[in-house]
Amino acid sequence: MTVAGTGTPTARRRPAIGVRGRAGGVPVALLLPALLGLVFLVLPLAGLLARTPWSTLPQRLAEPGVLTALRLSLLTATLATLLCLVLGVPLAWLLARVEFPGRRLVRALVTVPLVLPPVVGGVALLLVFGRRGLLGGWLDSTFGITLPFTTTGVVLAEAFVAMPFLVIAVEGALRGADRRYEEAAATLGAGRWTTFTHVTVPLVAPGLAAGAVLCWARALGEFGATITFAGNYPGRTQTMPLAVYLALETDVQSAVVLSLILLVVSVAILAGLRDRWITAP
Amino acid sequence: MVRAAAVAVVATLALAGCGDGGSTDAGGSAGGVTGTVTVFAAASLTESFTRIGRDFEAANPGTTVVFNFAGSSALATQITEGAPADVFASASPRNMATVTEAGGADGEPAVFVRNQLVVAVAPGNPEGVRGLPDLARPGLKVALCAEQVPCGAAARTALDAARVTLTPVTLEQDVKAALAKVRLGEVDAALVYRTDARAAGADVTAVEFPESARAVNDYPIAVLADAPNRAGARAFVAYVRSAPGQAVLTGAGFRAP
Amino acid sequence: MTAHLLDAHLVVDRGGFRLDVPLRVAAGEVVALLGPNGAGKTTALRALAGLQPLTAGHVTVDGTDLDRPDRRAFTATERRSVGVVFQDYLLFPHLTALDNVAFGPRRHGADRRSARETARAWLDRVGLAEHAHRRPRQLSGGQAQRVALARALAVAPALLLLDEPLAALDARTRLDTRAELHRHLAAHPGATVLVTHDPLDALVLADRLVIVEGGRVVQEGDAASVTARPRTDYVARLVGLNLHRGRAEGHGVRVADGLVLTVADRLDGDAFVAFRPSAVALHPARPDGSPRNTWPATVAGVQRHGDNLRVQLDGPITVAADVTPAAVAALRLVPGQRVWAAVKAAETHAYPAV
Repeated sequence: MTVAGTGTPTARRRPAIGVRGRAGGVPVALLLPALLGLVFLVLPLAGLLARTPWSTLPQRLAEPGVLTALRLSLLTATLATLLCLVLGVPLAWLLARVEFPGRRLVRALVTVPLVLPPVVGGVALLLVFGRRGLLGGWLDSTFGITLPFTTTGVVLAEAFVAMPFLVIAVEGALRGADRRYEEAAATLGAGRWTTFTHVTVPLVAPGLAAGAVLCWARALGEFGATITFAGNYPGRTQTMPLAVYLALETDVQSAVVLSLILLVVSVAILAGLRDRWITAP
Repeated sequence: MVRAAAVAVVATLALAGCGDGGSTDAGGSAGGVTGTVTVFAAASLTESFTRIGRDFEAANPGTTVVFNFAGSSALATQITEGAPADVFASASPRNMATVTEAGGADGEPAVFVRNQLVVAVAPGNPEGVRGLPDLARPGLKVALCAEQVPCGAAARTALDAARVTLTPVTLEQDVKAALAKVRLGEVDAALVYRTDARAAGADVTAVEFPESARAVNDYPIAVLADAPNRAGARAFVAYVRSAPGQAVLTGAGFRAP
Repeated sequence: MTAHLLDAHLVVDRGGFRLDVPLRVAAGEVVALLGPNGAGKTTALRALAGLQPLTAGHVTVDGTDLDRPDRRAFTATERRSVGVVFQDYLLFPHLTALDNVAFGPRRHGADRRSARETARAWLDRVGLAEHAHRRPRQLSGGQAQRVALARALAVAPALLLLDEPLAALDARTRLDTRAELHRHLAAHPGATVLVTHDPLDALVLADRLVIVEGGRVVQEGDAASVTARPRTDYVARLVGLNLHRGRAEGHGVRVADGLVLTVADRLDGDAFVAFRPSAVALHPARPDGSPRNTWPATVAGVQRHGDNLRVQLDGPITVAADVTPAAVAALRLVPGQRVWAAVKAAETHAYPAV
């Protein structure tokens, strides 16, 4: 399946496992903080694992609420990522490729959801899409669409919080991409849109993938904006983070189990995707 | 001068209230208390405890009261994980039990106030909500607290007592969040504590209902076993349970135990 | 053949630099734009492709104005019948060689299958049929160059543009690729414009040379006339000649104060005198006898040049002289050494400068 198998001399290959062969060349000044950083990131996970009640794990997994919340989480995070791709990639393109007045301001505005405490983001969403919101009232009276307390609301809240990750990653990739490939496409008869879809997007695919992964992960872990904007109702708006938070109110162990499930599932999915992207044709 | 008199009363009340422990040094607490008293208190106590803290500091020169307001369960977790606190005031006996079962309390916790539910609706009650049965009306959007938190458990008890079945649009993580949904107009009604409705002022209208008496929430308070400032902790607990402390609490909508 | 397939007058103003190049290319003709770096060659190529709009002038292909600012006519690159081979090829890294070549036909309306058939035929013509499914990074430089050529030709462009097509290759590959490229360019029925700074590429590949310096055409003509009669120092250096401009009266051309070179040709008015470095003889003292063209000079530098040594001389005119290593030793030619230079009239070539 992999193209690298054709055995050509110039084929670039993924480095073999780790940096062992060159470990002598890694300066301690980099290695030490790198390891500390890794420990810092992984240690809390170890804490979770240490507290996991392994014996009761299977029956907790079988609890109907758990699977419902997990399914909802995966569904909404994926939909939110798709929404971010549909809206965020063109936005990133605009920021990277089009000179317009106030571009710096727009770029700063894109990062607002990163800075805003998610709960405030949720309130802000309510003020716009809520029953009395700027758009919400109109949506309700014209189309009968209400967003708060719905699964769509969850997707919206997650997309709001996660989109900057995608936009920033894709914009960076677009800035780094060689625009002359687009010129080459034009000389071959490709219009702007075809060039975008057939040349630009494949060229920035790694950045796009990284952005989508960040976006998905952020959406999956989203709590504050979701509970504020979409509320918490099992099966409809109760995602895993919300379930974890409420479990924490009564039973720390059950919260640990839920967190672990979320963690394992997301890591498994991301690891699977990563391999696929790298070996993709 | 008035304060000094009040403190004397407090000391007496404290003596009477906690007969089980600490009575030996209670007499000296009025004069001898100094230092910082760290109080972990339920979020619903934010306004009233802040006032009580100020009064306590005025009555006991040389003391400073530091508060950590959060959800009772989060506080209970922090305390059992070793957070340095002197006093724990919980919004539910269950979270207090988490602490006492772990041996974290110094003596028996005492209930110092009770809270009960009201229906919070938009100002002027445009939907004309009169009691719990109205909440089941189709089209009416209702927010409840999740059953894992005290206000949600109380709401479940009250609704069961009234034999009302309803499907809320959301089960909020705490009472303030449920109230916020009413204030933002996203729901028509929410079951919240009377104290929270009162704190919201003109933003909401509180509708009392008879079944709330069946779902009264007890607020226990305790001095903690590992209290760095045990004398200060005892004096603070005594002050909360004294007449001036209780006056502040009932003023906020709590009921005396 | 009388009408030119490409008729262009390329005028581009860009931040203080002005390109002003008239260019006409007949069908089947290969024209090389030759010039030093920064002369504006690539800008000219981009203007022809529509990647750089003209400030003034026009680009007309087969009677149709593709870019004509005064008539507000502009055809976007993707709707021009052009094929471009870029300097570093710009093969799409995510596509196989086959799909790179099929990209153009596909955009020009061919369905997937026939686009691939066209691409396969082109890869076959450039001898890369068995590399069709490789990605650009798996191709050698010469292979990538040929894929780029196939990609540009696969859309059967009226105008084929090549930007330094051999510059990225090592010397050995360049030799082979140059010969093959010549074959394909000769077979191309449309007009071909080739940009290069390498005179050999230009001489081998092009039917006609257009020399551009500082945004302007300084000389134009077929290889023989350009090499025989360079009109600027740049061209003279390219073809390895000493070139001097002066005023001619009969057989004498005054190229500097006090120096009149006697030449074999007879002419009057502004003129160029050209002679090969090997025609320059060096003497320790003023020579007597036949060579009438002698002048005192100072050695400015000595470099290896093939089997000989090339001596740069200052004096009334600056001249390069090729001498044998033995002569260098005999004359003790070191920088600063004073010598006499001599050129036989029969070894010079004089022609009008107008």
